[in-house]
Amino acid sequence: MYNYPDNTGHFGQFGGTYMAETLIPAVEELTAQYLRFKDDPEFKAELAYELKHYVGRPSPIYHAKRLSESLGGAQIYLKREDLNHTGAHKINSAMGQALLAKRMGKKRVIAETGAGMHGVATATVAARFGMECVVYMGAEDIQRQAPNVFRMKLLGATVVPVESGSKTLKDACNEAIRDWVTNVESTFYIFGTAAGPHPYPMMVRDFQSVIGNEARVQMPEMIGRQPDAVIACVGGGSNAIGLFYPYIEVPNVQIIGVEAGGYGIVSGKHAAPLTANAKVGVLHGNKVNLMQDENGQIIETHSISAGLDYPGVGPEHCLLKDIGRAQYVAADDNEAIAAFDALCRFEGIIPALESSHALAHAIKIAPTLAKDKVLLVNLSGRGDKDMNTVARIKGITL
Amino acid sequence: MSRIDTTFAKLKQQQRKALIPFITAGDPSQPLTVPLMHGLVSAGADVLELGVPFSDPMADGPVIQRASERALKNGMSLRGVLGMVAEFRKQDTTTPVVLMGYGNPIEAMGWEVFAQRCAEVGVDGVLTVDFPPEESHDAFEHLQRHNIAPIFLLAPTTNEARIQQVAKLARGYVYYVSLKGVTGSGSIDLSAIEDKLPQLRKHIKLPIGVGFGIRDAATAKAVAKLCDGVVVGSRIVQEVENSTEQNVVANVATLVKELRQAIDQA
Repeated sequence: MYNYPDNTGHFGQFGGTYMAETLIPAVEELTAQYLRFKDDPEFKAELAYELKHYVGRPSPIYHAKRLSESLGGAQIYLKREDLNHTGAHKINSAMGQALLAKRMGKKRVIAETGAGMHGVATATVAARFGMECVVYMGAEDIQRQAPNVFRMKLLGATVVPVESGSKTLKDACNEAIRDWVTNVESTFYIFGTAAGPHPYPMMVRDFQSVIGNEARVQMPEMIGRQPDAVIACVGGGSNAIGLFYPYIEVPNVQIIGVEAGGYGIVSGKHAAPLTANAKVGVLHGNKVNLMQDENGQIIETHSISAGLDYPGVGPEHCLLKDIGRAQYVAADDNEAIAAFDALCRFEGIIPALESSHALAHAIKIAPTLAKDKVLLVNLSGRGDKDMNTVARIKGITL
Repeated sequence: MSRIDTTFAKLKQQQRKALIPFITAGDPSQPLTVPLMHGLVSAGADVLELGVPFSDPMADGPVIQRASERALKNGMSLRGVLGMVAEFRKQDTTTPVVLMGYGNPIEAMGWEVFAQRCAEVGVDGVLTVDFPPEESHDAFEHLQRHNIAPIFLLAPTTNEARIQQVAKLARGYVYYVSLKGVTGSGSIDLSAIEDKLPQLRKHIKLPIGVGFGIRDAATAKAVAKLCDGVVVGSRIVQEVENSTEQNVVANVATLVKELRQAIDQA
């Protein structure tokens, strides 16, 4: 039976609690509080209520018929996380963590964000519960995702630009950790992905598993069976683990994670540590496959999508690859843009560039499969935030 | 007896407190690191903490972040740092050297190779900021095999059970982080340190160094009264940053002499 993490937060050799001493008591306390509340009927009822009435769950599954027909092979179904309040899956976990923060008496929440979707989700739940909110965001991402920065500010959050390092998600993460070290007693760190020190990979996975749990009920209702494959994009991997986790022990369902291939794996300019078989290392509190040079320095990644532009990946994905339960591949920038265009034109849905990577892989393999095969793609977010990026690529000034 | 133990024993005999300065290896340049190390010792340092630069120094404030960036730009690597210690040892066989940094460069080298190299070049202790005792078992087996002291951090947030755990694993000395925050931030709360130390002393029989937030001679003196060693990092690295390659060794020596005098008056 699949049962991870162990009680020290390890997923096989991956995961763990690699944090500075000042924060260790904080993560221990968080683990204790999470374990105390996660099965508490009152907590579960409140979370279920918020997910239904505030987030708008369950999110539907949609059969992308015209897209599938155009490819002439497998049927592509979309789990519509883009239809959630705030436009992405990030709110599932932000809501869960905010409810926990409330129970722990924390009045201040912080977050890191790449594409801005997790920042928006955190700012949203902070407004919803009357908490102070500070979001750290790489200066380069602030340029790439300007609309989301404005959204966070409208919601009352302070957005702090991070100028260090590569000025992207990993640096935002460093800065949020620095804030947490300083304000550990007053502050709850609402972590955006299923990575970081224990209990975050487990806790974020559990909150995001609502995606896969719904899909397991919805697919049989729609087609009388489970899909042949579940496919999701993987940066840190929270939307992916949310879809994958409930399917780990469902037989005959292939699990495929799609990383950001950037300019291509051979170029070295990508954000695909699993696909590129990156060496195992330690960053941001956990041991994972990590893009690094021969001296153990973290190397700068590239992806067209800010949300996937990260050198590491959640520890459970490392494990799923290691034990052969999931397969990890990459879609490059061009493939993601082509998939983005295809979904806009064939289905009238503008996907996030992150989700476009998952879609790109489905588009790649669908023609190779029989017409009765079913691919369930997690459409993790909507693409409104990416208008500037896509326009720039197409040479259009908005 | 190890160099660290010998040093603290001697200081105790003299009723003096250790001055433990920190510099980042490769900052401001690779050729200046070994001269800086000798300069620190001449100015009165008892133990040297040599920072191994890392691309993502999560526990460090802007001053040491910038030092790490400069060092990496200068091509500094863990391999290079070990080479510098070997160079330093040609002239100085008694001053303890502790490498301080993050775990990943060591993971990339492999702990056994690293520990062996440390022993060969004359490194005495290793402090990995992001490897708490829970994640250190394998790593420290290798260090202990080669008689390299694992140095641990304790923080204001550390509870009694964790202090006991560290007491079992630590060698050399224990580094008490005097404030909740990154390096170089905030101002030190002396009464909070005073309150915490009895709890630490109850379990920790090793010397206790205190660091984070010590920026001037007066604070160094006040802290020295409370503990066995004073660690000064960001203030020295700031001096490196504000100096030229020509006057950096002299400027840092002047600063360290001031700290030395203040500590000896404690």
